[in-house]
Amino acid sequence: MAEYRKPVPRPSAETKRFWEGCKRHELWLPYCPQCDQHFFFPRAFCPCCFSWEVGWRQASGRGTLYTYAIQYRPQAPGFEPPYITAIVQLEEGPRLMGNLVDVEPDPEQIRCDMPVEVTFEDVSDEISLPMFRPAPRKD
Amino acid sequence: MTLSKKVAIAGVDESDQIGICEGKNALMLHAEAARNALRDAGIDKSEVDFLSTAGPSLLQLGEYLGIQPKYLDGTSVGGSSFVVQVEHAAAAIAAGICNVALITHGEMGYSARRGLADRGAGPAARYADPTSAAAQFEFPYGVGGPPSVYAMAAMRHMHQYGTTHEQLAEIAVATRKWAQLNPKAFMRDPLTIDDVLSSRWIAYPFHIYDCCLVTDAGGACVIVGADRARDLPKPPVWLLGAGEAMTHQSMLNSPDLTQTPARYSGARAFAMAGLTPKDIDVVEVYDSFTYTALVTIEELGFCEKGEGGPFLSNQRTAPGGDFPMNTNGGGLSYTHPGMYGMFLIIEAVRQLRGECGERQVPDARTALVNGTGGSLSSTGTLILGA
Repeated sequence: MAEYRKPVPRPSAETKRFWEGCKRHELWLPYCPQCDQHFFFPRAFCPCCFSWEVGWRQASGRGTLYTYAIQYRPQAPGFEPPYITAIVQLEEGPRLMGNLVDVEPDPEQIRCDMPVEVTFEDVSDEISLPMFRPAPRKD
Repeated sequence: MTLSKKVAIAGVDESDQIGICEGKNALMLHAEAARNALRDAGIDKSEVDFLSTAGPSLLQLGEYLGIQPKYLDGTSVGGSSFVVQVEHAAAAIAAGICNVALITHGEMGYSARRGLADRGAGPAARYADPTSAAAQFEFPYGVGGPPSVYAMAAMRHMHQYGTTHEQLAEIAVATRKWAQLNPKAFMRDPLTIDDVLSSRWIAYPFHIYDCCLVTDAGGACVIVGADRARDLPKPPVWLLGAGEAMTHQSMLNSPDLTQTPARYSGARAFAMAGLTPKDIDVVEVYDSFTYTALVTIEELGFCEKGEGGPFLSNQRTAPGGDFPMNTNGGGLSYTHPGMYGMFLIIEAVRQLRGECGERQVPDARTALVNGTGGSLSSTGTLILGA
């Protein structure tokens, strides 16, 4: 994987657990039992009630496309335009950014609020990046 | 205690040149703008006892200008910083801590892009700290500069409210018409809706003409208390209302991409001024992108939520229209060095003084300024009166 040229996240003390989950191709989110709410990004405390009793729960990996853009100018090393950046509304409440994959960068093919699901790209020995792809509509 | 009418903006100006400032650096632009704004106010540098900026550290700026202030600011929240700092200056002056506030700005945006100059210190890119949320959860996906994130906000608005490319283009075209009346504007060629719609994509849904310029420019303003204001060569421009707000840094954490903190800062500014949107004669709002202006107009309550597209259409904001907006030509066509907020203040003051020549809005008695910083992260709102 030496040829991977895009930026690779460096886990911090607070985000290590998130990235360890991703490495196993599992999406784990911090959760505040006091508020009964997930939150993101990971901190040692709940940004709502300021409780330090934070837990973690595995997320379903399902959500909807909150919004997207088709990038025509590379914003980071290793990216070849056009590529799709997305903000996904997870079922559990928080939002995540990712690239939208398995779909052409064509506005005709992409709609806000369409169902998406997480998929993981292994980019280094430590890091697998969560990405999103269109999901079959679940009824 | 209210800050309304406690202070006035006594002087404003740009650096000696704006647009392309070959052979200069950012600090020089701060100094030129400071000299020009103090001259405009008729006040000597030795009287400055409140100093503020965003970009360089206040230590660097104070040392460079030879000013040893007794009230120190330097709130750095992106392009809105200078607008936010006006409220801080007003509070400090109204509290009797200081008398003359100087706020300066300078950036070499154009020259730095071409390797001809250092940009000058600015707020570090939000992904520069590798442990930051942006570095871990945005940058790995090729999300970086402002167009890459603001495009995602605009897309959500288009989806949720039916805002169209044409409606965004209306803003770019109307703003260009103002620039054609401003000799200092960087882009003054005619621009049509079709030109905008047929231009290249930067980040869909943004065409290049939906995006602001990147120029070299500096600006400054001088603020004094009410007693001093009545005693100066030019008529004072009163601070009637002010508000500031922030909600997030990364757009990932924006409560709602179809909103901005202007809903809070604007409400506070209107309440302080005792005015409503209908009372405003001239509107100067941050237009880093056409969408920034559109969503800001909604958030300030000039129209119903989601109606910004239709509200700003039919060249209503252009010269001669009934909603004069961004009368200097805006960040889209006049100048935008990176943190544009100072230039909103400069234009509002000039309009209220009646100094704008061809682009003067007749009988302008009230003006609203709204600066936006970061990724629709922070805002400062000022309501000014002649």
